[in-house]
Amino acid sequence: MFTEKLFKQTNAYTKSKLKMSKADIEKPIIQIKGLSVKTHEGEILKSINLDIPRNKIVVLLGPSGCGKTTLLKSLNRLTDLHKELIVGGEVLIDGKDILKASQDLPIMRQKMGLLSQRPFPLPVSIYKNVSYGLKLKGVRNKKLIAHSVESNLKRVGLWDEVKDRLNNPANSLSIGQQQRLCLARGLAVKPTIILADEPTSALDPISTKTIENLFKELKEHYTIILVTHVLRQAVRLADHVVFMYYGDIIEQGHPDDILKNPQTEILKKYLIDGN
Amino acid sequence: MNRSRRLTDLIVTIWMRGGLYLLLSIPALIAIGLYWKAAPLLANHSFAELILSAKWFPMKGEFGFMPFIYSSAYVTVLSFFLSAPLCLFAAVYLTQFGKKRLLNVMLPVIDILAGIPSVVYGVWGVLVIVPAVSDYVAPFFGTSSSGYSLLAGGVVLAVMCIPYMLNMLIEVFHTIPVGMKEASLSLGATHWEMVKHVIFKKGFPGIISAFGLGIAKAFGETIAVLMVVGNTLDISVSPFSPGYPLPALIANNYGEMMSIPDYDSALMFAALLLFVIILVINLFFRYFIHKTEQS
Amino acid sequence: MRKWKTIEEQIFKVISFLAAYSVIAILLFLLFVVFNKGIGALSWDTILKLPKGGYYFGGEGGILNAIIGSFYLSVGATVLAVFIGLPAALFINVQLIRMKRVQNTIRYLLDALWGIPSIVYGAFGFAVMLFFGLNASLLAGIITVALLITPILVRAFDEVLKTIPVELQEASFSLGSTRTETALKVLFKQGFAGFITALLLAFGRGIGDAASVLFTGGYTDNIPISLDEPVATLPLAIFFQLSSPIEEVRQRAYAAAVVLTIFILVISVSARLLSKRYSRNIIK
Repeated sequence: MFTEKLFKQTNAYTKSKLKMSKADIEKPIIQIKGLSVKTHEGEILKSINLDIPRNKIVVLLGPSGCGKTTLLKSLNRLTDLHKELIVGGEVLIDGKDILKASQDLPIMRQKMGLLSQRPFPLPVSIYKNVSYGLKLKGVRNKKLIAHSVESNLKRVGLWDEVKDRLNNPANSLSIGQQQRLCLARGLAVKPTIILADEPTSALDPISTKTIENLFKELKEHYTIILVTHVLRQAVRLADHVVFMYYGDIIEQGHPDDILKNPQTEILKKYLIDGN
Repeated sequence: MNRSRRLTDLIVTIWMRGGLYLLLSIPALIAIGLYWKAAPLLANHSFAELILSAKWFPMKGEFGFMPFIYSSAYVTVLSFFLSAPLCLFAAVYLTQFGKKRLLNVMLPVIDILAGIPSVVYGVWGVLVIVPAVSDYVAPFFGTSSSGYSLLAGGVVLAVMCIPYMLNMLIEVFHTIPVGMKEASLSLGATHWEMVKHVIFKKGFPGIISAFGLGIAKAFGETIAVLMVVGNTLDISVSPFSPGYPLPALIANNYGEMMSIPDYDSALMFAALLLFVIILVINLFFRYFIHKTEQS
Repeated sequence: MRKWKTIEEQIFKVISFLAAYSVIAILLFLLFVVFNKGIGALSWDTILKLPKGGYYFGGEGGILNAIIGSFYLSVGATVLAVFIGLPAALFINVQLIRMKRVQNTIRYLLDALWGIPSIVYGAFGFAVMLFFGLNASLLAGIITVALLITPILVRAFDEVLKTIPVELQEASFSLGSTRTETALKVLFKQGFAGFITALLLAFGRGIGDAASVLFTGGYTDNIPISLDEPVATLPLAIFFQLSSPIEEVRQRAYAAAVVLTIFILVISVSARLLSKRYSRNIIK
């Protein structure tokens, strides 16, 4: 059937990943080379070099103001919104530099789903929030869109809560529900990477746990980059921890190594003080 | 607490209360004062007759405000269509596409221009717009015009409204959370799609309010329009013919208003009409803004 | 699909670019025309002399009457507006601090009042004049303009006052200050920069307004020496002289327009500079 055909096409990307050779899978999904971000007043990131491994949860850890959010937003070039920022270096997504992208920037951004500190549902209905990305992709098939909305809402465990009021405005949901909606919305465009900027900082403990559990399930198919300043969250989730301090990467490695055996004084102090 | 401190506190509190109550009673005072002077006219004529009649013969005691209301509406609508799209897109450029430095330079400039008195806009209209209409625009459309016309009034009003509306629109666009813009972009929207889906949509109440308040300002503007609109009693569809808006009527005839019976009353009625219309528009759109600010 | 999106984006980027720069161009053009026309007509005589005999037929003299008149009128109106508005603004932010709804309603009303056109104030001022049996005079003009600018002064000052943290007031109360002392010593001091800005904003609005004084201020070739004499103002001087058929008289209207525009520019710029300077000592 026609719908199924279309569905197969949109699934093509995920499928192709399954066929990837072992060497490809072990290659980092994002390579950051000499990334620097400045304003006229000073440096925010000082020439960052970092490889992000595929299908892992990478946690960016550090005190507030150390540049972790800026680093995260440089990855899909949301730094464009802040005209005062001067960005230099390279950010290779699957080998392609997003900082040099022009027309294909929206397509490259669709490889990355974003989850911000507070949920920001778009000013439309619940349904349209989830279908937004697909519509932008040019998908017009109603059945396909409806299927995507349902399956992605189910995936984040929101379907049963909202299935009777899909046309209500999205901001009528609770904060925890909104954050899950934002995740579903991001997953609907079939990204391979999830950028999460302290996604649980505004949430209650139960919603936090839901999001964390979702991340653990999702990492099988997605690369998750998580910014946090909650040490315990890093311990619970991380496969790889990157500790940042004043625009620099100080230490990185497996959480069991660097959090239990910090090599630098700065990280030692951070681990003791908590912040 | 000693006695003098308590006394000072009492006196100052009374003073503060007095000031506030006086201030808040201004709208009521204006309404009462104008109604008091307009009452003789209303005693002799029905409200509907005054509003709907086009017969304006003060010497014969006939006061039909239709031509003035028509002119006012004409120049206001004209100025709205000239200035609103310009302001909307200019605000989009300044807040979304342009360099931050441009906005930082423009904000104080817009502020200062909003403070330029309307008489100066009128001088500019007389020097630039009126001759342009009579020498170029009207001949281009195959008619002739003195230049003192509804079109000139509309253009001058549009330019006057620009700093005012632009300022409000920029403020509206600044209140839209960055996170929402990021959400749209990260889902694959182009910059312009983001503007359409987030800025226009989320800012919609604010945009409408800015437009509404701009219309109210244009409707009540007096001196600048008075200087360029021709002040001739006429109901004409052509933008090249002169008009006679309500504020111009009031301002233009204050000299002789005491010499014709009921004439002063008629002008006060015009002022009352203007007051009520603009107050209602303002209350309506300000309510919009206050609601969005609080949520 | 992708291509069409890019084209659409480019089109609208160009449109908004053009809109922004044409707005800038129009406003600069306006200033250019006014200055270009007026600077040539401007002379010391125009600024420093009163109209002499035959002035309105192109004879000797200047617009000193209107300059001084405008100054008297605006200073008087601003003083009156401060007398009513300053305590009102402090009251909103001290006594009503716990009553958010009342505060918001008051702000809402004042904002709506801000939009009432000056011709309505003029007509109202005229009604008041008749009620009290006054003539068109400096006093009547001052009262009318004061009514016009008080809402502006209060709201502009209030915008700054409302940003002052409540904790600062609480600290003052806990040290045993009365509400009055808190209002004057804490709020007024903290909001002083805002007060200066509000003051100059209101003053500028007063000096530039024509429609409100048309009925109430009258017009004269002399400088008023008491409150019950009529007064000339710059905007009206421009308005009357521009409608003259005689070129020399119109020239003076252009000159007067430049004088008025310079006044407004100086007031706006100094308001910005002063508010920057005074906001340095503010506790945030």
